Amino acid sequence: MKKFVLILVIIFGVNTLFLKAQQPSVVKADELVKRIESPSDTLYIVNFWATWCAPCVEELPVFESSIYKSDDTIIKILLVSLDFKQAYPSLDLFLSKHNITEDVLWLNEKNPNTWVDKIDKSWSGAIPATKLYYGSKQLFHEGQISIDQLQKMINNLK
Amino acid sequence: MIKQVLFTAMLLVSSISFAQLKVGDVAPDFKLLNTNMQMVSLSDYSEYEGVVVIFTCNHCPYAKYYEDRMKALNEKYEQKGFPVIAINPNDSVAYKTDGFSYMVEKAYDFPYLLDNKGVYKKYGATKTPHVFLLKQENNGFKVAYIGAIDDSPQDETQVEEKYLEIAINAVKQGKKPKYSSTKAIGCSIKPFK
Repeated sequence: MKKFVLILVIIFGVNTLFLKAQQPSVVKADELVKRIESPSDTLYIVNFWATWCAPCVEELPVFESSIYKSDDTIIKILLVSLDFKQAYPSLDLFLSKHNITEDVLWLNEKNPNTWVDKIDKSWSGAIPATKLYYGSKQLFHEGQISIDQLQKMINNLK
Repeated sequence: MIKQVLFTAMLLVSSISFAQLKVGDVAPDFKLLNTNMQMVSLSDYSEYEGVVVIFTCNHCPYAKYYEDRMKALNEKYEQKGFPVIAINPNDSVAYKTDGFSYMVEKAYDFPYLLDNKGVYKKYGATKTPHVFLLKQENNGFKVAYIGAIDDSPQDETQVEEKYLEIAINAVKQGKKPKYSSTKAIGCSIKPFK
């Protein structure tokens, strides 16, 4: 019995070692909006990016929740990938290569004109773009963002 | 004190977002270098009914998806009085393949201009591709439509509404386009400094 448990532990341990990044879950824009706009005491930082977007990839290290101070508020980072359909199967490889540990979602939408405004009316559609949600308050930023800028936005939301 | 705060607030707002042209606004003239080494101005087009100005570039996957559709648009609409002018606002320091020699290689049938003068800013273009449909009026060109070419960037076979063509056809008939503006995803512009 002990041996069996040991084998199980080894198999499980080895598995988790290799399972660094999971394939991102697929969302529709409405599901995403519902999740981040529903009342909670979590501060959501939602970043829209893609592997083909150089400035997006460059700023990915900014999106690491442990960097930011927010007293006792929970900060939840969602990296929403706007990668093309054919790139979706290889997203997990990219994520483990870049050591991305925050939650990544893949947006399954065809026509941006139907969903860009749902995220923010002032968004032109250029990426990268970042939106913060806390309770009923929201802040939006189009273009690259720095750690300082993001910390300021977090402070302004609270 | 209140005045001061107000002023600072206004300054902040203006520094964060530069105003985008709106439908109905006069389109600013420009004079930029074309891939054939000639300068091209919007005012050169005064005999046309309108112009399709597309801020685009070489490196952006969304721009690449639309290359063939841009060519087809010019082929179809130049003779109908609405030629395409493509403008690349990116600095090749940021993206090598957006450099002038790479623009020349595209060998488009329409002007492909290098915007090293910040024309994109006057139009309020934020990304590539970003379309501004202009129509000729008594005192110059005015903006008739801003946004996307159609509703399916990745897959042309899935296009249901050709936003830009709908707008051109409406303008040709002297009508208001069904959509005066649409939203699309694109690559943020990395301009010349």
